[in-house]
Amino acid sequence: MQPFHKIKSIATPLDKVNVDTDQIVPKQFLKLIQRTGFGQYLFYDWRFEKGTPRKDFVLNDPAYKNSKILLARDNFGCGSSREHAVWALDDYGFKVIISTSFADIFYNNCFKNGILPIQVSDETLQKLFSTKSEIEVDLEGQSIIVDNVPILFHIEPYRKKILLEGLDDIAVTLLHEDKIVIYERSHKI
Amino acid sequence: MNITEKILARASGKTQVSPGDVVFVNVDKVMVHDVSGPGVLAVFEKLRKKGMVIDKVWDPERVWVAEDHFVPAADKISAQNIVLLTNFTKQFGIKRHFKYGMGQYGICHTLSHEEAMVLPGEVYVGGDSHTNTTGALGAFAAGLGHTDVAYVLLNGKIWFKVPETLFFKINGKLPDHVMAKDLILKIIGDIGTDGAAYKTMQFGGPGISEMSVESRLTLTNMTTEAGAKSGIVEPDLKLREYLAARGVTKYDEVHGDADAQYEKIYEYECSEMEPIVAKPFSPENTAVARDLSSVELDKAYIGSCTGAKLEDLQAVAKILKGRTVKIRTEILPAAMSIFRKAMDTGLLKIFMDAGVVVGPPTCGACCGAHMGVLAKDEICISTTNRNFPGRMGHVESQTYLASPLVAAASAVTGKITDPRDLK
Repeated sequence: MQPFHKIKSIATPLDKVNVDTDQIVPKQFLKLIQRTGFGQYLFYDWRFEKGTPRKDFVLNDPAYKNSKILLARDNFGCGSSREHAVWALDDYGFKVIISTSFADIFYNNCFKNGILPIQVSDETLQKLFSTKSEIEVDLEGQSIIVDNVPILFHIEPYRKKILLEGLDDIAVTLLHEDKIVIYERSHKI
Repeated sequence: MNITEKILARASGKTQVSPGDVVFVNVDKVMVHDVSGPGVLAVFEKLRKKGMVIDKVWDPERVWVAEDHFVPAADKISAQNIVLLTNFTKQFGIKRHFKYGMGQYGICHTLSHEEAMVLPGEVYVGGDSHTNTTGALGAFAAGLGHTDVAYVLLNGKIWFKVPETLFFKINGKLPDHVMAKDLILKIIGDIGTDGAAYKTMQFGGPGISEMSVESRLTLTNMTTEAGAKSGIVEPDLKLREYLAARGVTKYDEVHGDADAQYEKIYEYECSEMEPIVAKPFSPENTAVARDLSSVELDKAYIGSCTGAKLEDLQAVAKILKGRTVKIRTEILPAAMSIFRKAMDTGLLKIFMDAGVVVGPPTCGACCGAHMGVLAKDEICISTTNRNFPGRMGHVESQTYLASPLVAAASAVTGKITDPRDLK
């Protein structure tokens, strides 16, 4: 994986709660066996109607073209455990997803694919939804900078390290399992 | 420690663990199916490109494979994926591959208990979110993504953060017209679809002792819909009998200590329960079935790992006997072993006399894959577990989740119907 650097981008506001992985990648695309190219199917049933982009869906708004940050509501990524959902978000270009809560398996899958899911308070999310300016995400400093004001976020130390160094989770855990447990324990909050 | 903590402690070689601890556990069993299997193979491909040599899995005896989502092969790509799975099990020497059209096969979670693939006290992971189901066998059972399953296949280990446990103390006995499905829908309606996020939902108390193993499996199956990491029930005599009937008597049970800790304890009284339905588009969007009696339906679907076990089909037969259905109704037993028992005990005749179509075991339309998916604006009552937009077909179709009794009664009237109100 690529090391995770600071990300600065306009944030795409997806104003829906309980977005399940079937909305992220509908079931008809699960049969595809390659790991790449899922971006074109991201939010397919919301994004397209008979193959034509729907004007009323936020991803089709030119203002959010090239956005690398997705703002989502509560319980994002619930439902099926399909990792295709994360592959599609990544392939489309999203590197950060910010929400008040994530479904567990989806949350884990993000880290395996170099995506940073950030959990924030309702108040912070509201602030992010209402800004029109670019947002900067600094993983090293664990902060989201919006309108020059930094908002700190929490991330487990091991996961932070994996993303910052672009390490492959499988390879790392294979080599360092004892160290990870000690590291996590010493940083427990 | 409670049962989940004790299983995770044992599997990680520790004497004590607490919620929040990170533990590396030895996995006892791992499962992939025809969606997660090809996904895992895609991860293998990525690792190979980086130079990793992958020519064996850690223990082929502990790996098992199901064909369920897209069988019978829904199209050319699905057919190709089945070939891919077949080559995978052949290459890595995996013998427990339940193949469509070759004796026993069915939905992976159903096979986990029908075939006793997982035993009490074990750590079981699967490439599917409803892996939680198998926790009713007194095991730690959790779903993983493709990369994590690939890791387990190669190393036989995985790390978990020990989850907090929510204990659901179930009292009393369910009335005849109420099933475990109603109870779990009620619970999800109360705590919400993320009410148990990264937590274990443990079910116990006198109401659980009264409940059959199959009913308990309905509870643990739907813990996923409350966002739970896992669901679990402690082993008891009923479970031992269930496993003995499947030829398994040797395993190492784990039970919680007398002073086990739980984050929170909820209590439910079975005798006060009523049939519950979850309205579109979320399992937490619950209502009393009687309050929805004006909802007109296009279809009834009785299938899935949640609602097509033998007990579920028996409940449906109780309603359909001597009656005919008023709307399109499909029944898909969850595994061949259940299909056969339904045939041997005369249930299939009752279903066919009622006008129902009986299909082969498959996840089918539960996940909107094939075999009777819904059209735009079609309204379905279903014994399945999810009703997010488009889950069973068109994104503007609607699914009401219900117990097998309510689904069958509704099939007879064409409207959402409490079984007590059926004439």
